[in-house]
Amino acid sequence: MTEPTVWVPCDAAAVSVGADEVAEAFAAAGATVRRNGSRGMLWLEPLVEVERPGPDGSPQRIGYANLTPERVGAVLDGSAESIGVVEDHGWLSRQRRVTFARVGVIEPTDIASYEAHGGFAGLRRALSLDPAAVVAEVTASGLRGRGGAGFPTGIKWETVRKAGSEVKFVCCNADEGDSGTFADRMLIEGDPFTLIEGMAIAAHAVGASEGYVYLRSEYPHAVATLRRAIDVAYAHGWLGERIQGSDLSFDLQVRVGAGAYICGEETSMLESLEGRRGEVRAKPPIPALSGLFGRPTVINNVMSLATVPMILADEGQEYASLGYERSRGTSVFQLAGNVKQGGIVELEFGVTIGDLVDGFGGGTLTGRPVKAVQIGGPLGAYLPPERFDLPLDYEALAAADAMIGHGGVVVFDDTMDASRMARFAMEFCALESCGKCTPCRIGSTRGVEVIDRITTATDDGVRRTQLTLLDDLCTTMTKGSLCAMGGLTPMPVRSALRHWPQDFGVRDDHQATAEAADLESATVTTEGARP
Amino acid sequence: MGIHHEQDGTGRAAAVRVLAEQHSGQRGPLLPILHDVVAEHGYVAEEDIPVIAEVLNLSRAEVHGVVSFYHDFRRTPSATHEIRICRAEACQSVGAEVLYAATRVAYAEDDGVEVTEVFCLGNCALGPSGMVDGQLLGRLTPERLAGALAVPMEARP
Repeated sequence: MTEPTVWVPCDAAAVSVGADEVAEAFAAAGATVRRNGSRGMLWLEPLVEVERPGPDGSPQRIGYANLTPERVGAVLDGSAESIGVVEDHGWLSRQRRVTFARVGVIEPTDIASYEAHGGFAGLRRALSLDPAAVVAEVTASGLRGRGGAGFPTGIKWETVRKAGSEVKFVCCNADEGDSGTFADRMLIEGDPFTLIEGMAIAAHAVGASEGYVYLRSEYPHAVATLRRAIDVAYAHGWLGERIQGSDLSFDLQVRVGAGAYICGEETSMLESLEGRRGEVRAKPPIPALSGLFGRPTVINNVMSLATVPMILADEGQEYASLGYERSRGTSVFQLAGNVKQGGIVELEFGVTIGDLVDGFGGGTLTGRPVKAVQIGGPLGAYLPPERFDLPLDYEALAAADAMIGHGGVVVFDDTMDASRMARFAMEFCALESCGKCTPCRIGSTRGVEVIDRITTATDDGVRRTQLTLLDDLCTTMTKGSLCAMGGLTPMPVRSALRHWPQDFGVRDDHQATAEAADLESATVTTEGARP
Repeated sequence: MGIHHEQDGTGRAAAVRVLAEQHSGQRGPLLPILHDVVAEHGYVAEEDIPVIAEVLNLSRAEVHGVVSFYHDFRRTPSATHEIRICRAEACQSVGAEVLYAATRVAYAEDDGVEVTEVFCLGNCALGPSGMVDGQLLGRLTPERLAGALAVPMEARP
């Protein structure tokens, strides 16, 4: 009997829990092993899929979760317990996969399979349209930047398109440094041609001829996969001179970051691409007019660019019909941290935090009660379960003094100490600040010290003084920093203090409020002096 | 991690010059050059800086400024084994701080093992995460770390 085709994910997360060893064991047993990306059900990794004929004779992919080399024999002889047809798994079938439609389904650098699954339809259609019409479609789709800022992609592209310059660039920001986010990595490792196609569409739309993907060095698997995919795309005429016989010529290369979180900030990324220290630039000028090497530059996040092919393939209006209020389309949420069922959840905007954490996540990994989630990376707010009714969209979170960021949701159980997390936010900022502006460079170090004095205070008066100081410092950083690093570090700090004052040694909410009111009057003196 | 070529100063300077010249024709070549130097020679030596500066027509200060800005461009040779443990929030939520501290202590006396922190390896649903000699590991425990270190280099994937 011939052994079946077996799909074993090559995604770094699957590999980190033994997928390579499982793949070797299947190959040794005579199975045909194919390596797909991950489906994003990360708690099931290594999740192996065996192709078998279904009821109608067409092949079905049956899943085997948390597989080890020891169970390979049982999978092949049919005695191992399966999770059923993977596509029908409730965790996947409840999602709305648009950007992630092919991730986990195909072999990442198999360009024929990519085309067979709808790949390049967006670029083909874009090439048949005027650049202005392509931009108009992206604008009509309502797509907003998935990196965190939420700026309308179409408007950014239009600015670059209209800028007069012989040389323009398309830069993809793949410096996904936020803890709790891994969608960029998984897309690049699972379906890299989608990103390449999106960048080629952007190049056509704005009149650019060169592109760079700035990819962090902490993602060696993604670097290797994307470089391989770019080589394959060149070989098949999807990059380089006169793409598919059209007038579009576009060269693309990967540039690897060097372990600096700040390089995820777009102007810092440009400095780094130019070969300098990743120090933030003042804006204006905006990169759309004066970006890489002073030329008009489109800078988009991986998710934004990887969504563009779907938008162009189906017409922008269709994408715009998905979503919530002013957040159109889908968002790729990432469930992470202390969560039972972590992974990729792509849904229309507007799903609530509770749906994600409890519905998809199934609560904490440790089985203890959820104390908090941090949304949007290290600069995002901590929110308690009382706020889990909030819908995940740009405006609703902003109204709750939080942000959606890159869609990462990190779950914490009740052992989390909010004052430690606040201190860590300042510590991280001190470590990763580029040093260009004072509020961030110095404020973060002072922030660590002030939080230490708050948590170790034995006297309420001392604590109160230091709390005022911390509040002051947060205001200075928020209003005086050059970029989001210093400007948003106060967000996790303040949210931790607001929701869990007891973790900072403040006795209870009522007292804290009273003390805060006291402080307010005590600090507004005729001299304007503060303690 | 790269193999440390045992070379005298001139040999290294010539080799670094070749690496620098390979990239000098492209836009913004300094980071790719420094990555290559680290990959080939294990670290960026003080004496590499003037060589790279000359090839790129930059000042030594400019090159030094870039080398010192980025965590990846280490300036001393690494130990035989390198353990990196993620200390970012998602991994902290599943005990990374304790794991990091314990690992530092466990290998404090061992000159052959270097333990460093890293902030996010993109494996946030399977934390705590870390890397042993460049290999990503999820659901990390002290036992898994020790097990990964014990695998001989030639037997690793």
